[in-house]
Amino acid sequence: MFQTIMNIISLWALPSIIILILTLGLIKRVPLYETFTDGAKDGFKVAVNIIPYLVAIIVAISMFRASGIIEMTGNVLKPILTHFNIPADTIPIMIVRSLSGSAALGVFSDIAHNLGPNAYATKLAAIMVGSSETTFYILAVYFGAVGISKLRYALIVGLLADFIGIVAAVLVCNLMF
Amino acid sequence: MNYIFYFLIVISIICGAINGKLTDVVNSILTGAELSVKVAFSLIGIMAFWLGMMKIADKCGLIKFIAKVIKPVTKRLFNEIPDDSPAIGDIAMTFTANAFGLANAATPIGIKAMEELQKHNTDKTSASNAMCMFLAMSTAGFQLIPATVIAILIGIDYKNPTEIIAPTLLVTSIAFICAIILAKVFQKLWIPQKEKPTEDN
Repeated sequence: MFQTIMNIISLWALPSIIILILTLGLIKRVPLYETFTDGAKDGFKVAVNIIPYLVAIIVAISMFRASGIIEMTGNVLKPILTHFNIPADTIPIMIVRSLSGSAALGVFSDIAHNLGPNAYATKLAAIMVGSSETTFYILAVYFGAVGISKLRYALIVGLLADFIGIVAAVLVCNLMF
Repeated sequence: MNYIFYFLIVISIICGAINGKLTDVVNSILTGAELSVKVAFSLIGIMAFWLGMMKIADKCGLIKFIAKVIKPVTKRLFNEIPDDSPAIGDIAMTFTANAFGLANAATPIGIKAMEELQKHNTDKTSASNAMCMFLAMSTAGFQLIPATVIAILIGIDYKNPTEIIAPTLLVTSIAFICAIILAKVFQKLWIPQKEKPTEDN
């Protein structure tokens, strides 16, 4: 029952927003087609603007991932984390989830397929991946689009919030499963 | 960011050398650069679509209406931004799209919100307090249904994949609230932006 309601919401969220915007525009006599194309013109410009920022961050992160440092950090953290009842398999997710969304999803998929649906690690990994956004990607895209290069405290706050998210995921998972 | 950029690249090269993965590291420069352009170009179409939609939403007063509804909350969070700025409505739309898991829509709308925030920024190269707050809230990734994760769980015959929704929602809410509190705390501690007289425009 709950699942069907959720599916209906997911399916209809986007179409409802579009219908709402267009209908309101029609009622208010906004020239829909002209206004749409006028706004859409900027799409290309914005996408091109963010390229330098994306290259800087995505290249740095690709190098970081290829260097094997994530596995090294994982090995160092392993004895500490197992002490807190955190499965070692989820360590790469903790490190990678602020850096790359697709990588985090990949690691989660691996864990899910290798350890199966009943493993505690699968549940913990699911909560960790589902509850976060890729901080570095958002930072590159949002700040890149407007040409901000001095971040001030934005990244620190983002990463601290990610860390709190990890701790919360461990605590909640411990309580529930 | 200078230090992070330096740290990420130099440490990768050093660790790559230690692990004997230096070729991988060097190759990842090319794949990473290619991926960045792919990501940017894949945004063009959907970006254009949502910027067009948002323009209609703006013209018909929907953005202003949303901004008015959530004013009591945003007044505290984004106190530097005037109430009638479209930025507030755009920010609200971004989080609505995020909450429903519409990442494709959330990114373009979020970028538009950033552009609106930039209009109120006193120093165009550094992030204003409002921008830091918006970024902190976005990176916490508040989402009602983690659809991708559920899809993977269904794929491995997980008995009751929706049981993951409640704990995920709880965790993301905690992170979201902490992000807001942290942004406010850091705003007080951090050196304020340079107040440049806006002689341009």
